[in-house]
Amino acid sequence: MYVAVKGGEAAIDAAHELLARDRRGDPATPELTLAQIESQLRLAVDRVMAEGGLYDRRLAALAVKQAAGDLVEAIFLLRAYRTTLPRLAVSLPLETAGMAIARRISAIYKDVPGGQFLGPTFDYTHRLLDFALAEEASAPIASSAGEDAPMAPLAPVTALLEEEGVVAPERADPQAPVGDITREPPTYPAERDVRLQSLARGDEGFLLSLAYSTQRGYGRNHPFAGEIRSGMVAVEILPEELGFPVAIGEVELTECQMVNQFKGSATEPPQFTRGYGLAFGRSERKAMSMALIDRALRAAEFEEEANAPAQDEEFVLSHADNVEASGFVQHLKLPHYVDFQAELDIIRRLRREDQRREAAE
Amino acid sequence: MSAGYNFAYLDEQTKRMIRRAILKAVAIPGYQVPFAGREMPLPYGWGTGGIQVTASVIGPDDTLKVIDQGADDTTNAVSIRKFFARTAGVATTTRTAEASIIQTRHRIPETPLKAGQIIVFQVPIPEPLRWLEPRETLTRRMHALGDYGAMHLKLYEDIARFGRITTAYDYPTLVNGRYLMAPSPIPRLDNPKLDRSAALQLFGAGREKRIYALPPHTPVKSLDFEDHPFRVEGWSQPCARCGARDSYLDEIVIDDRGGRRFVCSDTDYCDGRLAAEARSS
Repeated sequence: MYVAVKGGEAAIDAAHELLARDRRGDPATPELTLAQIESQLRLAVDRVMAEGGLYDRRLAALAVKQAAGDLVEAIFLLRAYRTTLPRLAVSLPLETAGMAIARRISAIYKDVPGGQFLGPTFDYTHRLLDFALAEEASAPIASSAGEDAPMAPLAPVTALLEEEGVVAPERADPQAPVGDITREPPTYPAERDVRLQSLARGDEGFLLSLAYSTQRGYGRNHPFAGEIRSGMVAVEILPEELGFPVAIGEVELTECQMVNQFKGSATEPPQFTRGYGLAFGRSERKAMSMALIDRALRAAEFEEEANAPAQDEEFVLSHADNVEASGFVQHLKLPHYVDFQAELDIIRRLRREDQRREAAE
Repeated sequence: MSAGYNFAYLDEQTKRMIRRAILKAVAIPGYQVPFAGREMPLPYGWGTGGIQVTASVIGPDDTLKVIDQGADDTTNAVSIRKFFARTAGVATTTRTAEASIIQTRHRIPETPLKAGQIIVFQVPIPEPLRWLEPRETLTRRMHALGDYGAMHLKLYEDIARFGRITTAYDYPTLVNGRYLMAPSPIPRLDNPKLDRSAALQLFGAGREKRIYALPPHTPVKSLDFEDHPFRVEGWSQPCARCGARDSYLDEIVIDDRGGRRFVCSDTDYCDGRLAAEARSS
């Protein structure tokens, strides 16, 4: 009897074996080490940490290796691991103003107090394949670059606008409880904290395209890159028994503050408004996209017309997660022959009735 | 059993959270209870909701059966059964009658379920109104108000256009005269089995983070009209293996000249009938 999808046990085991062999590739080539992935594919590691929602470079590198470079699969691996971890503490809000700056740019002022630092960026590279990198042992990189990076923390550029009163101040309410999308089911309309959490874990490609759509007129919001900064930020917790904050480590972050034109409403004077993006590592494209969408999703708050996809909270938030999306799209591979049989039966009956009717006419 | 993981994979705190959602779901039959679904080591859409529900209700003494499309040996059923054998070390079975928990995708076993059994459905889209209204904010309001006119209208339009209701699976039901419920993509032939079942029926949607339930003996009515009563369609031929006339049949393409064979989709039911026949002869 023809059994395409039945008798799966041996087939599954064999598939896993083939996968392992495929992942390893040619045994004549040396196996990748996690240290190589961590240090030489660091942007892949960054993305996996950001969307996996777990800051652990080594585990993210392991996920990249195990997934054979399929980043969405690696993100899934990290997520599935993360969800089993206990909650030991909740950190204090991160002080990104105190970041040890590796990169900091602003597009709204020629110069800003503290200066602009390009840092390691692809931005002004010419995208010409560098054939020197194809050599097994490339020349050592000797340079004194980066030595002029600022030592002292730099105040955010938006603080300048705040001082002048032309941007709406945003202050966290320390008493307000912070939502947690990994512990509470989503409900709509969502609060901004929950929204930002969803966006921070959202798929970079999805957010990028949606952000792009706002620039092309589908929910335009006149953005300026107020500031983008990357660097290390200390993570602090406040143990109850101590009563004072303790730094438990540091994480690398990229933060983007978009500044958007706003003509004012019945209750608000004309001023600039903000969109906020934050991601682990150097995920700059992600942080910028997130900031544009955060602002787009604030349309109701500013009494703006909201009819573009990027302004539709339920649409954006319920489709941004690539672990969910990838699973559900790919579940179509699972057998559906029972439902298909049911549909087939209906189609056949409808066709028979059509034929009978035609014959009678 | 896998070292390093809790019994049945989920930590006890998560299990308690899911059990609370299940209790609420049992208390309000057919109502979709939001729960904080976790990422599972299996992909969304492959039964993560069902797995979380099973993981929360299963104990060391349980006997688990897992089916997909009615069969115990489909790849995904094998994978999920292995998952629980590995993480919970429970006994597994393919016999419907011997299982204390049955996790299923797209079918209800032909053998009637008994009191004390639990059937766990894997649900892709828990919201029966989703195809009529994509927004959660609106569908929740429609449920709150019992505003199900749109669904009746959809069924009426089917009858007006095609002379019959064309929903072949995931056929909408009204639970206990109150909540409209998606029975998950079971063929409508299975719908009558939901009605007043002696077993506890639990539904888990992992990606959509919803749990709903039918406590034993809950009335479940498949939507219809007085002049177009709910009907299930049968086959013109019996199962080619066991000769059953009352079961759901898979159509098996046996050659490239249009040859077809019809056999029970419920492999345990089919095998059980063959075994009984062998014994009696």
